[in-house]
Amino acid sequence: MTTDPKTASVGQDRVRIDGPLKVTGTAPYAFEQPTENPAYLFPLTSTITRGKIRAIDASAARALSGVLEVLTHENAPKLLAKTDTELYILQSRDVHYFGENIGAVVAETQEIARHAASLVRVEYDTEQEDTRFRPEHPERYNPGKINTGIPADSKQGNVEQGLAEAAVTVDEVYATPYEHHNPMEMHSVIAEWDRERLDGVLGVLGERPHLRIHDASQGVSYERLMLLPLLGLLPQQVEISSPYVGGAFGSKGIPHAQVMLTVLAARLMPGRAVKYMLSRQQMFRSVGHRLTTHQRFRLGAAADGTLTAITHDVQQSSSRLKQFAEQTVNATRHLYAAPHRETSTRMVPLDIGPATFMRAPGEFPGMFAQETAMDELAVKLGLDPIELRLRNKPDTDPESGKPHSSHHLGECLKEGARLFGWEKRQAQPRARQEGEWLCGMGVAAATYPRQMTPPTKASVAFREGKYHVGIAAADLGTGAWTVLTQIAADALKVPEEDVVLHIGHTDLPLAFLAGGSTGTYNWGSAVMVAAVNFRDRYGLTPAEGDEAEGSAFFPDEAKKYMLDAYGAHFAEVKVSTVTGEVHVTRLLGVYDPGRIINPRTANSQFIGGMTMGISAALHEESYLDSRPGYGHVVNSDFAGYHIAANADVPDVQARWIEHPDPMFGPTGAKGIGEIGIVGVPAAIGNAIYNATGKRLRELPFTPAKLVE
Amino acid sequence: MKDTPDPGPTFPIALPIQLAVNGKRHQLDLDPRASVLDTLRDRLGVMSVKKGCDHGQCGACTVLADGKRVLSCLCLAASYDGADILTAEGLGTVDQLHPMQQAFLDHDGFQCGYCTPGQICSAVGMLDELAQGMPSHVTPDVRKVAELNDAEIRERMSGNLCRCGAYVNIVSAIREVGQGQAASAALPMPVAREVTR
Ligand code: FES
Ligand code: FES
Repeated sequence: MTTDPKTASVGQDRVRIDGPLKVTGTAPYAFEQPTENPAYLFPLTSTITRGKIRAIDASAARALSGVLEVLTHENAPKLLAKTDTELYILQSRDVHYFGENIGAVVAETQEIARHAASLVRVEYDTEQEDTRFRPEHPERYNPGKINTGIPADSKQGNVEQGLAEAAVTVDEVYATPYEHHNPMEMHSVIAEWDRERLDGVLGVLGERPHLRIHDASQGVSYERLMLLPLLGLLPQQVEISSPYVGGAFGSKGIPHAQVMLTVLAARLMPGRAVKYMLSRQQMFRSVGHRLTTHQRFRLGAAADGTLTAITHDVQQSSSRLKQFAEQTVNATRHLYAAPHRETSTRMVPLDIGPATFMRAPGEFPGMFAQETAMDELAVKLGLDPIELRLRNKPDTDPESGKPHSSHHLGECLKEGARLFGWEKRQAQPRARQEGEWLCGMGVAAATYPRQMTPPTKASVAFREGKYHVGIAAADLGTGAWTVLTQIAADALKVPEEDVVLHIGHTDLPLAFLAGGSTGTYNWGSAVMVAAVNFRDRYGLTPAEGDEAEGSAFFPDEAKKYMLDAYGAHFAEVKVSTVTGEVHVTRLLGVYDPGRIINPRTANSQFIGGMTMGISAALHEESYLDSRPGYGHVVNSDFAGYHIAANADVPDVQARWIEHPDPMFGPTGAKGIGEIGIVGVPAAIGNAIYNATGKRLRELPFTPAKLVE
Repeated sequence: MKDTPDPGPTFPIALPIQLAVNGKRHQLDLDPRASVLDTLRDRLGVMSVKKGCDHGQCGACTVLADGKRVLSCLCLAASYDGADILTAEGLGTVDQLHPMQQAFLDHDGFQCGYCTPGQICSAVGMLDELAQGMPSHVTPDVRKVAELNDAEIRERMSGNLCRCGAYVNIVSAIREVGQGQAASAALPMPVAREVTR
């Protein structure tokens, strides 16, 4: 950016624009959008895992005063195109997983809806199901391509030769559990059908149904694109708003069944808004999860630590209803140099609900394996784990041979070591004990790639002395409200007070969702281009109503490079020799994030990711009861599914080394929403090894695994 | 169908309940199953209190009831007849923030903001408990008055989950307000200014 540094807004510490609303609790989230006389929905969910609905008796529910409608597959409106199996609900008797939405009760109040739902009797014909994840499952398959469109398998050189040549090898299995996102705001929808006059692109269409949705969504534009073919509607007929989102972490990235359920229920009572907020228990059923993985990781190295071979073979769970093939092997293909390398991905099909993106899908589970394996290798070699990583830093991308657009992993490791006091670490495990506590330090690298972004636009309009910037972006707590305003102010060369940002509505220019850590560089680019177009057309003194659009721009030259963000995580732990309990006493992240637009919100993104990393390392695991006849998560609330609480997080700090990277687009930012969690469980596990001499290869690190 | 379930009593049964919410009195006829949380949100449209679990496990619904922090999802409205309820928007407004709200803003003690109204009400109630000398699990000697330190804040705020992971900033915000309160409590009483003729 070329703004005068004295007046520049980008790079400055700015309090959140939406902050005053949030600290007073008055920012309206989806369920809180004002509605006249709403009706309330409570879902009917399957109590078998696989089979067919034989009969539904809703007579008792219907007889209850205050019940407005009982929706089942028998009376559900027909959907048009089966473009998404997760959203194509209530169209048949089939049950695909335990807790699947098979209907709903709509009533005057939440209490009545919930009571009525308990009165509906459903009979099933059950079929043989399988919900038990296990490696070497007889039906495991090669998905061909995995998420982000890359091949499921990769091969360079001859790994058997590379391993044979090695002086030292590691060959271990690592595992990560099912996890659930659990944003504090449960998924919420308000849907209302109306009739409106539609003057569409096809000429005057006359009176047509019009659907208004308030949703907690990471991206309303793509949500609408996904709903349209199923509903058989034109874009002008569907309007979605989502100005404030109470956390998401991937679970609100694409619409799940609850959106369609509410939309179908509302269709039965046009003119009346139907509201539904999931219960916390329902959050563990049908709004996605992080899949479970079994990962064999092999490393071979010469005596000086130079890697000769890397292999990573992943088997991971999948829903038979809808595949989600996580790119768990991705980071392994790019982070370290080695002449011989191989990765593979196999999916294990199960009768469970679909998985979805959860903060750093791919990088999170994959880097747990890779960065733990690297630590094991360092121990075997008697080499400092930072030194081992520095010795294997590739000069160019190991897979494609392309140069990196920027690569500052080495700086992150070295600067982190200095700040953390790494030199005080004893290489020998169990060397530091304070009373019942064994203390140790660990390190892990982090990386997160540039993700591809479908078309994204923004607009600038001049009205009543202000520049109104519009883009269908979303702020999940990331700071988008604030940083997009800062970017727009600099691009228009005006103070921030003159910019009024509009996000979270389908009437605004189409934008890719908040995902893949793309928000700032993707939306930011569109906003900058729109601003430049606006100034080109109208100069510095625009007239009332002047308006211009722009599409996100990325340099063509970027194709010649490998684009990644980097980082390093340092953990200090103490482990009780009495109870096996782990405390993370310090956690430091040092990042190579490109340009930082707002140090305050950036810091919160980093420490938020790291805190979720502590949570995953110490607590998080969804226990699926895979006995025949079950198939649900048994610990489906915060009493059973622990997430990090305040007392778990005494000292979490983030630092960064700022090297703006223009190959990521004109903002120079690399995306920071996810890298904060990548490798954190490995750093903590490596610290636990350093403290206790015990190597844990399965998340989470619960006391039972460590009690002496 | 074999055992058609008994639908139970016919609703709505209505109980007359009085609540004062953020200084405004309400006379309500409530379903006896209604919680304070659902009454605030669904009946009164007071959305500055949030639902994060409905089971007393997350703290998002924390309000001050007659000055004490409570989890409003666990409070049946029927048993809070006559209570004075304060939510985040009753503590301060966008134009005139409460010192705790200002501190959360200054320290970026949140990201998505969904747990925040509960965190803020909880923090206000917690500092009050501390000032009254209530001990916590980490108070070294329960016979002595607990001091305001980070360990006490973290322990006492651990009933308020933040999935965005703003904990370290939440602690900074509360520490600042707590230290300010302690300092002002230690100041001598203001002396009446001399009136000169
Ligand atoms: S909603 Fe009351 S504690 Fe979670
Ligand atoms: S700020 Fe999002 S949950 Fe706390």
